Amino acid sequence: MSTLEIKGLTVSVQTEDGPKEILRGVDLTVNSGETHAIMGPNGSGKSTLAYSIAGHPKYTVTGGTVTLDGEDVLAMSVDERARAGLFLAMQYPVEVPGVTVSNFLRTAKTAIDGEAPKLRTWVKDVKQAMNNLRMDPAFAERNVNEGFSGGEKKRHEILQLQLLKPKMAILDETDSGLDIDALRIVSEGVNQAKDETDLGVLLITHYTRILRYIQPDFVHVFVDGRIVEEGGKELADRLEEEGYDRFLTQASA
Amino acid sequence: MSLVADTSRPVDAVTAAGRAHTDSAAAFVPDKSRAERTASFDVADFPVPSGREEEWRFTPVKKLRGLLETGATGRLRWETVLPEGVTLSTLPAADARALGLLPPQDRAAVVAADVDTVTLLDIPAEAELSEPVRIRLVGDDLEQRVHEHLVVRAGHHAKATVLLAHRGSAQYSQLVSVLTGDASDVTLVSAQRWEDDAIHLAQHDALVGRDATYRHISLTLGGQVVRLNANVRYAGPGGDATLLGVYFADSGQHLEHRSFVDHNTAHCKSHVTYKGALQGDTARTVWVGDALIRAEAEGTDTYELNRNLILTDGARADSVPNLEIETGEIEGAGHASATGRFDDLQLFYLQARGIPEDEAKRLVVRGFFADIIREIPLADLRDEATAAIEHELATTEYAASTTSTSTTLDRTSKEN
Ligand SMILES: Nc1ncnc2c1ncn2[C@@H]1O[C@H](COP(=O)(O)OP(=O)(O)O)[C@@H](O)[C@H]1O
Ligand SMILES: [Mg+2]
Repeated sequence: MSTLEIKGLTVSVQTEDGPKEILRGVDLTVNSGETHAIMGPNGSGKSTLAYSIAGHPKYTVTGGTVTLDGEDVLAMSVDERARAGLFLAMQYPVEVPGVTVSNFLRTAKTAIDGEAPKLRTWVKDVKQAMNNLRMDPAFAERNVNEGFSGGEKKRHEILQLQLLKPKMAILDETDSGLDIDALRIVSEGVNQAKDETDLGVLLITHYTRILRYIQPDFVHVFVDGRIVEEGGKELADRLEEEGYDRFLTQASA
Repeated sequence: MSLVADTSRPVDAVTAAGRAHTDSAAAFVPDKSRAERTASFDVADFPVPSGREEEWRFTPVKKLRGLLETGATGRLRWETVLPEGVTLSTLPAADARALGLLPPQDRAAVVAADVDTVTLLDIPAEAELSEPVRIRLVGDDLEQRVHEHLVVRAGHHAKATVLLAHRGSAQYSQLVSVLTGDASDVTLVSAQRWEDDAIHLAQHDALVGRDATYRHISLTLGGQVVRLNANVRYAGPGGDATLLGVYFADSGQHLEHRSFVDHNTAHCKSHVTYKGALQGDTARTVWVGDALIRAEAEGTDTYELNRNLILTDGARADSVPNLEIETGEIEGAGHASATGRFDDLQLFYLQARGIPEDEAKRLVVRGFFADIIREIPLADLRDEATAAIEHELATTEYAASTTSTSTTLDRTSKEN
């Protein structure tokens, strides 16, 4: 049982006109096995929250705390956070020329586990996971994210989620840009990881569509750098009907 | 990889690479056409350079000791492995020139050719070698000044790989003249694994036969000063030339690669890709890629690419592409040049998967070189190259990375 606890988190980015505050006090607790959906309009700071938890150097934490099972996440380097059990499926996965998917996966797995995986079971696990995500085996020999379609990039992120077996996963708009078939496959992949490892999930999305496939236990509405309303799945249904307008007027008022 | 412009890049490199190109020939022409450069077997045609000449301005000529003087004082030790049918012989210099070799294009090459006897490697017509020709060239004494001229002749429809593996210490000027027969397929791999004090000035020319495929792959890791000019000309239409290079410079090393592809014939292709990494505050690399598409070279397709990865502060890479186009009737012509540091986003992505920073950087550098290393047709040399790069990386104290990017990429295309 793990707990990711975010308290009073404020984050700014450096702009030409000096620092700009983007997160304005985020409080959120995610336990193992729970799925929290974070929904909000574009530009509200959802990716900023995801990147800040993962430790992206562009974002400066100006206040608050993030802990994983009581350990200070903010004091850790990016790779330490990953080894502590945090995983971020990125909205825009990065190309790494000349590094094959298979080499990348093995290197990451070795780093996370602290030892190289047993070759035979590893090859089998990779094949199985790729098969579940309907990924062509030839994919393993392509360079990381190079020339991948939008859907391939997202499947590749979920492939990593399945193989690296983190405690907490943040999925940043994993659903955007996917057609309905791909969305179903990717969602199955997430659900399977949840079943197998009691994963805690922070599911960031702009749309309610993915929530038909991945059941959220909690829904948080994110506007202007903070959570403005929280509820259960029914809140997502309301957002589906009403959109974010109600919250936007609140935020600007 | 995203790379940023190195601030130390010379102005002409920036303008040559950074200009928005159209397919008009005017945009590419440098001050003086490459076609006007002296090419001759007569030593008197090339004064000893001062370092201010266009073709020598990046080279530390003061470190070249007596290597630009005529008169050799020694030889390299040759260790050869010749597949069946392949012969190695010597012939008088005058006879060698009668074969129709491309003449030297600078002082270093002309003194290399100023020898009485030339070595001739003969690969018979239609020979398909399953094993490479291996020539190890070993220098035993830095005080020795060595001038050598090797001719590699491949008959029509021959298929061969020739490895020149340079080791040890010497002052070495070298002319390698490759003549590839019609429809032949020849790969010349030149590995510079010299000791830290060696000086190596080389001109490797190829006259590419009709419908022939030629590849030149250089791997430069050792030496104090290495300057390798790989040039191509075509003996008939349908020629396809690929020039590839990997270099890794440490402190105290000057590694310079130049290429000149002379598209003098219609319907030929050339593809030039050099990649380098630099570490250490006096590491220095130079790449100058010249391509000339003459008026008669209709249907030409050419592309030149240079990328440099600066691993530590203080290292300096110069990168100068020059493309001259004298006809509009081409398939395509373009070049790209970029010099920069690690890409923050790549490192973040790898680290976010638990991979520690140093290892992430090694992965990125390995990946950076991978597409060229893959092209080395010899498994043992591929492994050797990979291991050597790993060894270089093991000693690196990395420079800060950056997210800003400025890559120049040009491509002009014209259908006819
Ligand atoms: N480097 C930056 N400079 C200025 N503004 C930035 C920078 N990075 C992000 N922002 C701003 O931060 C806000 C939140 O962005 P983001 O976290 O990507 O939102 P979301 O993921 O919810 O769409 C946006 O208004 C965006 O313009
Ligand atoms: Mg976002």
